[in-house]
Parts: sequence; C-alpha cells; structure tokens
Amino acid sequence: MNILVCISNVPDTTTKVRFKDNNTAFDDTGVQWIINPWDELALTRALELKEKSNGAIESITVANVGPKVTEQTIRKALAVGADKAIRVDAEPKDASYVATQLAEVVKNGSYDIIMNGIESSDYNGSSVGSMLAELLDYPSVSSVTSLDIENDEVKLVREIAGGKESVETELPFVAVVQKGIATDPRIPAMRGIMMARKKPMEVLQPVDAEPLTDFVEFEMPEPKGECRMVEPGNEKELIELLHNEAKVI
Amino acid sequence: MNFELTEEQQMIQQAARDFAQRELIKDVIERDTKAEYPTEHVKKLAELGFLGMLVSEDYDGGGMDTISYVLAMEEISKVDSSVSVIMSVNNSLVCYGIEAFGTEEQKEKYLKPLARGDKIGAFLLSEPEAGSDATMQRTTAEDKGDHYLLNGTKNWITNGGTGSIYLVMAQTHPEKKHKGINTFIVEKGTPGVTIGPHEDKMGMRSSDTHSIMFNDVKVPKENRIGEDGFGFKFAMKTLDGGRIGIAAQALGIASGAYERALQYSKERKAFGTEISNHQAIAFKLAEMYTNIEASRYFCLKAAWDKDNGLPYAKSSAMAKYFASETAMWVTTEAVQIHGGYGYVKEYHVERLMREAKLTQIYEGTTEVQKLVISRHILNE
Repeated sequence: MNILVCISNVPDTTTKVRFKDNNTAFDDTGVQWIINPWDELALTRALELKEKSNGAIESITVANVGPKVTEQTIRKALAVGADKAIRVDAEPKDASYVATQLAEVVKNGSYDIIMNGIESSDYNGSSVGSMLAELLDYPSVSSVTSLDIENDEVKLVREIAGGKESVETELPFVAVVQKGIATDPRIPAMRGIMMARKKPMEVLQPVDAEPLTDFVEFEMPEPKGECRMVEPGNEKELIELLHNEAKVI
Repeated sequence: MNFELTEEQQMIQQAARDFAQRELIKDVIERDTKAEYPTEHVKKLAELGFLGMLVSEDYDGGGMDTISYVLAMEEISKVDSSVSVIMSVNNSLVCYGIEAFGTEEQKEKYLKPLARGDKIGAFLLSEPEAGSDATMQRTTAEDKGDHYLLNGTKNWITNGGTGSIYLVMAQTHPEKKHKGINTFIVEKGTPGVTIGPHEDKMGMRSSDTHSIMFNDVKVPKENRIGEDGFGFKFAMKTLDGGRIGIAAQALGIASGAYERALQYSKERKAFGTEISNHQAIAFKLAEMYTNIEASRYFCLKAAWDKDNGLPYAKSSAMAKYFASETAMWVTTEAVQIHGGYGYVKEYHVERLMREAKLTQIYEGTTEVQKLVISRHILNE
C-alpha cells in the first residue's frame, strides 16, 4: 500500500500579510514558508499509519505544485519521514489548476490513499481535495478526523453537525482531513534533516490547464475598534452600551 | 563573506524552536520552582538527535556543524537553559573530548551511547578549591601499573546525578604541576564513586548539579585520554569549544528575554500610550537588540572558526565574555521593562535573569575569558 500526501507551501501563520500590484497579489517579501498546517497533520497521520503497518504501507510520497523555492518546504516533509517527493514545476494558480496537476501525479503513480488537508491556511479555498477526487473519479471523504486501517479495511470518522459519522470506503480514495486526524506535527530529527537531501525529489512539468478563477482584488479587514472596558458590577451600563451604541441587542 | 544560513541550518534552527516553544515552555516554570530534572525532555532531545548533534555520523552522532549547534542552543535557551546546559555539556565537553582525543576503543564504547543520548556525560574539572585556577587539582590519580587509583572531590558537576559517563581530571604527577594532570573516563557505578546531594541553585534549577567524591576508585589504564600528562591541555582545549555552547546559551537567554520585553512593551500602556512609544523604553529596546545581534555575530564567528579548522580559543572566549555580559544586562532590563510583572514567575524574565548570572560564571568566568583574550592579544 502507498500513500500520497498533497502539501501546500504557505506563509508562516504569524506572517504580517501585505499586498502588492494594486492589491491583486500577495507580497511575499521576507516571508517564511511552511507546510500548510492541515497538510502537515495529514502527513503526520500517514507516518503513524506506516509505522504501525508492519510493512503493509510501503511508502509515503508527498506532492506539491509550486516553483523551485518550495523545495525547502518539501524537504521538511522528507526530513520528518516521507520517503519521496514530487514537485510539479508551476505556480499554483488556483484550486482547479492545482487539482488538475495533482490528478496527473496520481495517474502516473500507484497510490491507495491520497490525503489532503481540508484547506490551506493562505487562500482557504477548501476545494483541491474534492476536485482531485472528482477528476480521478475516486471516492472522497471530507472532514476526516480519524483514519485507521484494520485488516486492509479503511475506517474513517468524519465530523458532522452535532456528532460524528463512521465511514468505510474502497481503495483507492481521497481523504480530505480536518484537525484531529493527528495531534502534534512532528519535529524533524537531526538524522532526518541530513537524510532529506538524499531522498528522491522528482520534478515534473505541468500539464496544460487553465485556472478557472482570477484574483481581482484583496482587501485587508477593517482594524478592530477601540475596546471599551466596563467595570465589574456595572452590568446595566454594559447592556445600555450594547443596546444603544453597538446596537447588537 | 556570506551571512546566509544553509537550508539544513535553517531547518535545525526551526526544529529547536519548535521543540522549545511547543514542549519545553509547558512546564518550565514548574520544573524551575521544584528544581525537577527534565527527564522526558531529555529523552526527546535524544530522539531528535540534539544530544550528539556535533558528533560524526560514524559514531552515531548527527554530524552537524558548530553553526547549527549555536542556532539550536540559542533557540532552546530562549525557553529553558536547564535543558540546554545538559545538551551543551554532553555535546561540546564530553562527546567532543572523547571524539577529538579518545582512542578508537573509547569512542566505540563510550562515545556512541553518549551521541545517541542513551547515556549522559559529565565533565569533572572543578573542585572545592580549584575553580578558575584549574591547575590546582587536588584529586589524585595514583599510577598502580595496570590501573589508576582516584581519590578526591569534584564540585559543581552538571549532569552529576543523571550522567553515567564521567570525564575526570586528576593529578598523577604533582611535581610536574599542571603537566602532571590526566583525564580519565569513569563509569558512574564504579566502586568508590559517591554522588553528593543535589545543589539548590539560584537559576537553571532543573539541571542536576552535584559534587562527586572518589574514594580509592580503580580506573583501568585504557580509560586515560591521551598521553600521560595530557589532562590539563585536554581540559583547556575542550573548554574552548564548550565556551561556544555557553556563549550561544547566553545569546538565547538574552534574545528570549528581549522578545518577551518587546512584546510586552507593545501591549502595556502608560501615560495614554503603549510603553514602546516612550523613548525611555524604545531606546532600551534598541540597545538590547544591538547588543544581542553583536553577541550573535561573536557566537557565529567562533563557530565558523571551529568549523573551518581555524584557531578559536580567542574568538570563543570573546563570544562567551560578550554574550554572557549581554545576557545579564538584557535580562535585567527586560525585568525593568515589565515592571512589577517582571518580578513574578509567570512572565519568565525573572527566571531568565537568574539563568543569565550563571553564564558569567561557569565554563570560565568573565574574568577568565578576559585573561584568555588578553594573553592572546598580548602574544600576537
């Protein structure tokens, strides 16, 4: 059994966001890049599954659509334990474009489980995983919070409103994973860091595809207003302010 | 000249940062208060390969350069120097000492488990009456033909209780003064070795510091490091590298305190505005930042010298002198910026201030560093 984990290269979550080109593009000057946190959890779970599979899971491959600069992020995935990496050498223009490229990666390989984070922490489109399953005509399960393999059968749990749903599916399939799939992402060990460069990283040329969306403009949210403090015991004043000034009650 | 870190160095820095900010931060105040040894964290350090990161891969180490070591030490020390001192002693004193000067048999038997972190090492040089003047070793190692007989007491030994492989300096030929000193590898369980009580320290309270007594301890001849009389030279050469670790630790303490002070100054208001808008605080931050950057360059230069096979006794002494003085000053100012909050444990800076003090004392006091530096510049 082989697992493919799709990873996005995203700005560190503490990045101060700025835009350029008349607010139509993200300004990445001085930005530190990381593995998208949801994808990192997917990778963590994949590694856990491989470790307890007694060899049944042969390899974990990570795939990314991005220019050469993303290789540093990809190598971090190799440093924590992924066996090999594939980079499609292209700017990830939109979700459809990325899903099309990833579908080619899947078709050219042999994967039983394809894991994606539910969204990326930069554009938060929440689309790639489901689009990928559709393009491949694979079953897909979204909001997966638990993924286990018991006697070659895949057991999934997903979050639904007010509860949980247990699901089984055929292989191959796409798992779109949510927080809870793994606890803490792994910290690479020294040995892993040294090994990362020795692991295979295949670079593929993109297939022809057109993005279906275009960025028109980005806007920063309004700055938060001044916070008014109400002394304890003055609940009446608080209610009056919420009613007459904020007009929320 | 190139000031850029390699991809691997950046990855190691981030790994150390993640370990410190995710794991160590959780219980650092509690461990410091209770003077509790960080058993689980040390296991994790071993798993991640930090305990033997400088040791060659041939001996189960990480094969990392000294620059990477400085980066890792800084990140861990931003949060907890009790943990970074365990890492520093194991890496740059014990592992380095055996790797650089030990025999192949000693490396196989002792270096490998130390590099893997299966065992922890300790460096036994200081004595009740031999600190800065390390030539005055009163511990004796009598040559008995096929073995040595050790007698004496060692003080202030980091990893004294938890460590199980000791590097012990002892006098074999008193008439030769410091040229009669030898270094021995001694295992903890050897008959005649007694571990004294845990020292109740001002800072770095969760590292374990003990005195260790030797009473007719038989040490096989093959456990001596180097030629007869090499011990003092061994200690001095090993400490040159150790100083880079402690300099990086001081750098981490300073930058950890600075980062907290910076954050606090942007949130705390006084006289109608955030205190960072007051020149009295803004200038303090500017001075802190500048001195920390200077410390960083000193540390990286000493590490670079070592990695490039250049002499580094002077650059490491300068790094330790400047970084530890900076740490003491920066942490004091960080407490000042925090005002009353800085004086309570919850805000971390008082602990960093207590930790900073030790960096001016151990592995060569500030005064000893000045001695080393002055001897170099006067003889150049």
